Amino acid sequence: MPQNSSALTAGAPIEAGPRPTFTTSIRIRLRVPARLRNVEFGLLLIACIIATGSIALVQLGATGTIDPSVLTYSAVLDLLVLVMHFTLRVVAAQADPLILPIITVLNGLGIAEICRIDLAKHVSGWDSAGVRQIVWTGMAIIIAIATIIWIRNHRVLQRYSYISMFVGIVLLLLPMLPLIGRTINGARLWVGIGSFTFQPGELGKIALAVFFAGYLVSARDSLSMVGRRVLGMTFPRARDLGPILVVFAASMIVLIFQRDLGTSLLYFGLFLVMLYVATGRASWIILGVTMFIGGALVANQLLTYVHGRVESWLDAFNPKIYDTSGGSYQLVQGLFGLAHGGLIGTGLGLGRPDLVPLAESDYIIPSLGEELGLVGIFAILALYLLFISRGFRIGFAGQDDFGRLLGVGLSFVIALQVFIVIGGVTRVIPLTGLTTPFLAAGGSSLVANWIIAALLLRLSDTVRNQPRAVIEG
Amino acid sequence: MNKELKRVSTVVLVMFLALFVSSTVIQVAQGDQLRADPRNVRTLYDSYSTERGPIVVGGSTIAESKPVKDQYKFQRVYSHGKLYAPVTGYFTLNQQNPGIEGALGQYLSGTANDQFLNNLTSIVTGQKPKGASVELTIDPKVQLAAYNALGSQRGAVVAINPKTGAILAMVSKPSYDPNALAVHNGTDFFKSYNALNASKSQPLVNRAIAGDLYHPGSVFKLIVASAAIDSGKFTANSTFPNPATLKLPQSNSYIANSTEGTCGPSAKASIATALRLSCNIPFAQLGRAVGESTIADYATRFGFGQKLSIPLPVTPSIYPRGMDEPTLMLSSFGQASDQVTPLQMAMVSSAIANGGTLMKPNLVQKVLAPDLSPLQQLTPEVFSNPISSGTASTMTRLMIDDVANGAASNATIGGVDVAGKTGTAENGPGAPYTLWFTGFAPANDPQVAVAVVVENGGGFGQSSFGNAVAAPIAKKVLEAVLNK
Repeated sequence: MPQNSSALTAGAPIEAGPRPTFTTSIRIRLRVPARLRNVEFGLLLIACIIATGSIALVQLGATGTIDPSVLTYSAVLDLLVLVMHFTLRVVAAQADPLILPIITVLNGLGIAEICRIDLAKHVSGWDSAGVRQIVWTGMAIIIAIATIIWIRNHRVLQRYSYISMFVGIVLLLLPMLPLIGRTINGARLWVGIGSFTFQPGELGKIALAVFFAGYLVSARDSLSMVGRRVLGMTFPRARDLGPILVVFAASMIVLIFQRDLGTSLLYFGLFLVMLYVATGRASWIILGVTMFIGGALVANQLLTYVHGRVESWLDAFNPKIYDTSGGSYQLVQGLFGLAHGGLIGTGLGLGRPDLVPLAESDYIIPSLGEELGLVGIFAILALYLLFISRGFRIGFAGQDDFGRLLGVGLSFVIALQVFIVIGGVTRVIPLTGLTTPFLAAGGSSLVANWIIAALLLRLSDTVRNQPRAVIEG
Repeated sequence: MNKELKRVSTVVLVMFLALFVSSTVIQVAQGDQLRADPRNVRTLYDSYSTERGPIVVGGSTIAESKPVKDQYKFQRVYSHGKLYAPVTGYFTLNQQNPGIEGALGQYLSGTANDQFLNNLTSIVTGQKPKGASVELTIDPKVQLAAYNALGSQRGAVVAINPKTGAILAMVSKPSYDPNALAVHNGTDFFKSYNALNASKSQPLVNRAIAGDLYHPGSVFKLIVASAAIDSGKFTANSTFPNPATLKLPQSNSYIANSTEGTCGPSAKASIATALRLSCNIPFAQLGRAVGESTIADYATRFGFGQKLSIPLPVTPSIYPRGMDEPTLMLSSFGQASDQVTPLQMAMVSSAIANGGTLMKPNLVQKVLAPDLSPLQQLTPEVFSNPISSGTASTMTRLMIDDVANGAASNATIGGVDVAGKTGTAENGPGAPYTLWFTGFAPANDPQVAVAVVVENGGGFGQSSFGNAVAAPIAKKVLEAVLNK
């Protein structure tokens, strides 16, 4: 890791001397040439050009002219990410330089495509998902900036592990409350007051990742040391099964009562992977996967909506399934959209992504795939992969296990979510309703993912600021 | 912890690999299949929203796409819609486009394979993709003359340049206005379509090439005579007994000549006389003498029973096989189960006109890419050589005689030798006749071969003849070519 040596020299004066006050630290950090931040600044300019360019191009493509007022959308994004960049210079100078540019591009592409679908649907003002998306983007970035300023040391979060658990479970179950709970497109995942709706489960995944990290760091020994050996693998004692049973139960509650396959899979997958990374026991994975597959098989038998999803997945082109309400119509239309895009796409603003239901939220990937082609999908997947790999770096290079686990958990939750959504629309797995991180229309998802990005930035800054004394493994 | 992390990283990589593969499979490998799915409306919208190329006749546009402000972006407009409807067809939502709109749809919409490079360039240069333009062989003057000459009759006219096979006119009546069908609203389309389709006069049918086939009547004698002479067993002067009625073998039916008398005053009638006066009895005997298999052989060479695309699909004409003797005799003057298209009869005249060589009929002169580079150009192509040039000149002589001194007198044009043959086909007891003329002019250097069919006895039931109704129409078409 070549950056590490420079990170050390850049970070050394601050850590070595007596603890500086906030103002001196600002002065020092502004004076010390922040190579990483300069890299970030350069990449960020490119990212802003891509985002602004896409927003302008969808206009040009769909209407033949560029409405200058729409360009203010991209100005909001550009301006705020620059504010975030300069904040990082002060409060997290050694943070990873790739994370912010990557999510800027993704968020910008998302806004562009959502605006494009608005154009096709002839909606404007607050009805327009694009306007709402830009407002949410603004809020999400401001919250992310606040997060990174507020949380100066991630270890603070470890103290709140059990509060996080409580918050996470409340957020998860909130939509099931009467009065405020809302059912949208068959899934009860939203809370709403008036026309304002929010999907608390998105924030729940952060809280749960924090809880899992904190809990597993303290409980890993009992979870990994003791147990019975069966077929060369150590299986946990019955009394250590408690946590996995609780999480499994929570996932099944989501699956049955909130009718959401994706979220259920996401939480359970997150827990399993963090458990495995913490304990190093493959037996946990085997146990967990067996439980989930068992649960899913039972659900496939008992829950008609799960069965319908599976049928649509396996036999999407069957006219009978295609024509049933809740059948494979949307899936197949999405495939048509992707195929229409082909290798190089129709060009921004020149496709017909609006033909697919929910083109701006669940189906943002087929929409982008239609207009940007396979090339565009590959680029987007590569950006996600890069983002995730930056998160995993924290896991590899971090010093404290809580930080490492949290970094891995937060990155993995993005990876799993991308896989569940894109895998769903491309028929790798049955279709489930999850948002595509940073791209899809949806405020809760934006806020949650920007907070995840802020936490990863914070963690990566800490990693680089620490002298690497011991290298594990 | 790092060992586990590496494994998790591998799992994430595998997950993403699956996504890379699945998107490649959908967008590239299965792309064509998904685009071809009938439920994929994108393909349809696409074919609308690219600027479809125009259809051009004699330098002027008869079908073009004009920009409009609905989701399909362009509206297909047909000038002289009814005049050209059988040729152009119409461009609709239901994708079953008839005529040139259907047959050359890929070129017009710009999706033909040889337009791929063009489209790629237009993506790079930022131009909107555009379809190719199609230039037809139709001569607007001849088309209009044929259309007007047919008047309010039900029927069809086909005119071909015998030397190239270029189709100069193709009229089918009654016609329809393709503008009424090229609408974007499905309900409006079906309203127009169902009304036209329910009409008893069947305006949507292109009678020239793809209608219900017609009994050829006496125009079929051209094929029997050609077969007889070309086979070398007979000459134009070969004679047959000349009674006023003839009892068909194995039956109690009698056949008669159309004059209800003998075929000329002589005791024996020659092939020449029988063709000139269009007598049935000598031809019944001739057909029996030549034999079904020989006639069938020649009919096939003239195009009967063969697949033909001009590039509109042409219904193959029928010469039946395995006939008993009386049926063979009836079929020898174009009755029984002989069934033809007007184009087929024009092809017979065309082959005789062109010294026995039949050129493949074609409607398309050129297909031009938007940058005017030719994608396709008509190269005259030999379809077959049904008869020798000697037979052809004999047949020409007989057909000139038919117009000058015989049954086809109404096709006479001053100062030019016209070769022709009329036909008056029976369609059963009480049913109106089908009236025919086919021929070519000038006989010494043929510029045009024509076939005219008029249904429903031209409005006269069973009391009219090909010479009275069809020949004058053909004459006007021939004149339109000759007077250019």
